[in-house]
Amino acid sequence: MGRLHAEEMILNMGPQHPSTHGVLRLKLTTDGEIVSKIEPVIGYLHRSFEKHAENLEYQMVTPFTGRCDYLAAMGSEHGYAMAVEKMMGIELPERVEYLRVVFAELQRIASHLVAVGTFGLDVGAITPFIYCFRERELILDLFEMASGARLLYNYIWIGGLAHDVPPGFVEKTYEFLDAFDKRVAEYNQILTGNKIFIERAADIGVMTPEVAINYGVTGPSLRASGVNIDIRKTQPYSIYDRFDFEIPLGEGLQGTVGDSWDRYYVRVLEMLESAKIIRQALDQLPVEGDVKSAIPKRIRPPKGEVYFRSENPRGELGYYIVSNGKNVPLRVKMRSPAFSNLSVINEIGQGFMISDVIAILGSLDIVLGEIDR
Amino acid sequence: MTEQEIYASLSSKFGDQVVEFIEEETLNPTVVVEASAIADICNYIKDTETLQFDSLMNLAGHDPDGESDLNVIYHLHSTELDHYITLKTFTPRDDGSVASVANIYRTADWHEREAYDLFGIKFSGHPDLKRILMEDDWEGFPLKKDYVPAEFYRGMRIEKVK
Repeated sequence: MGRLHAEEMILNMGPQHPSTHGVLRLKLTTDGEIVSKIEPVIGYLHRSFEKHAENLEYQMVTPFTGRCDYLAAMGSEHGYAMAVEKMMGIELPERVEYLRVVFAELQRIASHLVAVGTFGLDVGAITPFIYCFRERELILDLFEMASGARLLYNYIWIGGLAHDVPPGFVEKTYEFLDAFDKRVAEYNQILTGNKIFIERAADIGVMTPEVAINYGVTGPSLRASGVNIDIRKTQPYSIYDRFDFEIPLGEGLQGTVGDSWDRYYVRVLEMLESAKIIRQALDQLPVEGDVKSAIPKRIRPPKGEVYFRSENPRGELGYYIVSNGKNVPLRVKMRSPAFSNLSVINEIGQGFMISDVIAILGSLDIVLGEIDR
Repeated sequence: MTEQEIYASLSSKFGDQVVEFIEEETLNPTVVVEASAIADICNYIKDTETLQFDSLMNLAGHDPDGESDLNVIYHLHSTELDHYITLKTFTPRDDGSVASVANIYRTADWHEREAYDLFGIKFSGHPDLKRILMEDDWEGFPLKKDYVPAEFYRGMRIEKVK
């Protein structure tokens, strides 16, 4: 029996659509239910971060970085602070480094919880989403304890932290970690091995390593394709070389290496690794140390430029900063991971059904705030 | 390979089209090349056995002062051999163009559109060069240092940035 050919139709998904995780428009060219071309249209959340940065002093840019990737504000602040510190050659107190790692990894767990939960939501599983947000609340409580804010922190400053963590913070973090491993087992029971979920995610949107690298895909989405690149290991920054942790890779347990299910499962495993890092960092956390002692009075990096990259929950977050020796940067370019991760969707999504495109999009874990900046 | 060796390899292959090597004043050693040669150079460094730069980490436009040439900066990484290099090229402010590398590194597709969108840098040979972050009918290129915003956009007043 020959295949029935329907007329090609352009279908607009978004900009207002619950599955697009923000304000994203996908222009789908469809042949019946089969998608033959996906053209993402972005820019709806463009808030001129780079233009703003050229008019603000270095320390004033920090809050803006958090507003780009609002699900991983600590990670964005951390990357920006490290880039400027590298230009200025600032040595940080040990306590600051350890606390920063704790916050960056807590943020990674919180961000992956949203990714995992909303991916389940996209393909019809509502309960895991509630579970994930239950744990995320606990992390946000910890952030609130330290910085006073739950979403946008302005906590990691150039040269240090806004202030030290309050008494009881370390104990509460241990408490969270003790409970967390069991909670991940719950997600595995309810979502990871769920037959319906596997049907929806396995073998969908397979990304080969060559495609992933060529498109600049980074982070868990790249590692799900079996490529062992994590900047925390390959080019360690901060103090990540002191910790013992594994890099989970996609193995194609339910289908093909690099499918949507792998991208999901790599994130689940990464949360456990992050918990391991946090535990080690808290064990080694120096008691003494002024977290503000290295904050410079005047932030004027010497003339020059730097490209500094760090591993954000979504992948490689790079800052390209050009200084002309003044207190205002000449250029700040944020290389946002989700920007490149989204661009691959046309390559991996062709030939699938419209509902599969939703699954692929969910598995890529995009945040439109940092795509549009 | 060190950046110095990569520079030596490039300059012996491409001669005059490789302009200079900047080590001071930058934390990422940079090879400055001619805009017309950038695609050939990227092809070469991607396919050569000893270089294997398969990943374009970042592509950024830059306007140094509002008068001189616009810059395009390429940050490259070899995932196989684990070495890094930064390439920089330059183009006249208004009517110049840079050879597109979007067919060599697919990640450059959107990044070049962004550089075009914000700086007005034209990339010859790009498959679909159009605005990406700004509105399609926006006037001017906002990150150029001499950019003056229009007074109105579709009847809405544009607030002046200091």
